[in-house]
Amino acid sequence: MKISTYVKSGILHIVLDGEMDEYSASSARRETDRLIDLSPPLEKAYIDLEKVTFMDSTGIGFLIGRYKKLQRLGMEVYLKNPNPTADKVLSLGGIYTLIPKV
Amino acid sequence: MKNYMNLELLAISENESFARSAVAAFALTLNPSLSELSDIKTAVSEAVTNCIVHAYKSNKNPENKILLSCQTHEVDGVGELHIQVSDYGCGIENVSEAMQPFFTTLSPSERAGMGFTIMQAFSSEFLVESEKGKGTTVKMIKRISEGGKSEENA
Repeated sequence: MKISTYVKSGILHIVLDGEMDEYSASSARRETDRLIDLSPPLEKAYIDLEKVTFMDSTGIGFLIGRYKKLQRLGMEVYLKNPNPTADKVLSLGGIYTLIPKV
Repeated sequence: MKNYMNLELLAISENESFARSAVAAFALTLNPSLSELSDIKTAVSEAVTNCIVHAYKSNKNPENKILLSCQTHEVDGVGELHIQVSDYGCGIENVSEAMQPFFTTLSPSERAGMGFTIMQAFSSEFLVESEKGKGTTVKMIKRISEGGKSEENA
């Protein structure tokens, strides 16, 4: 899984690209956290899931972990563009009550 | 039974993607919709991940194996994919507790505890058999709807 970030209109965008499972999660965690640490202090972060082609429940754990980190840094967190597959897993996991969709 | 496949693989997380893709490819003869195919991949991924992470505690012992066996059936004109995922790991002491949403024995900060819930939601029938110290078998049936067939043929 490839992770990239950019800042647009004062919002940190975290873009996930690829398959999210147990195998890809540990390096995705490290890379995302590294990029978050490099980010300037901002009020809001979007995690963009448009390019996530597969996600199982590992993705729920991954997103909750990143949500907690971003929240500690004072950022509001939102999820963007989940495809129907990811959306089904995330809805079932009740993730949108914690991290709303934009 | 119309068709079957048996796959034995080493219980390492590198094999998760292969396992779910192999089952999805096998299921193609039932002409599933994209959404049914994606349900199958997700359910298999959860089952295989459980074997690796829970049954074998992510220990990369070359003896740790997962057996994946699949069959296709036709029952009253409806195609069914039967999936069985077995390990010879630690087993589950209390299956009904493990099936509770959000229950996890690992660090809850990075774990959702949603594996069984997702397998249950993404399959038509779901059963877990486990014996402590012997291993666990997850059995799932996915019915392939007529809707899927017409969508594919459209």
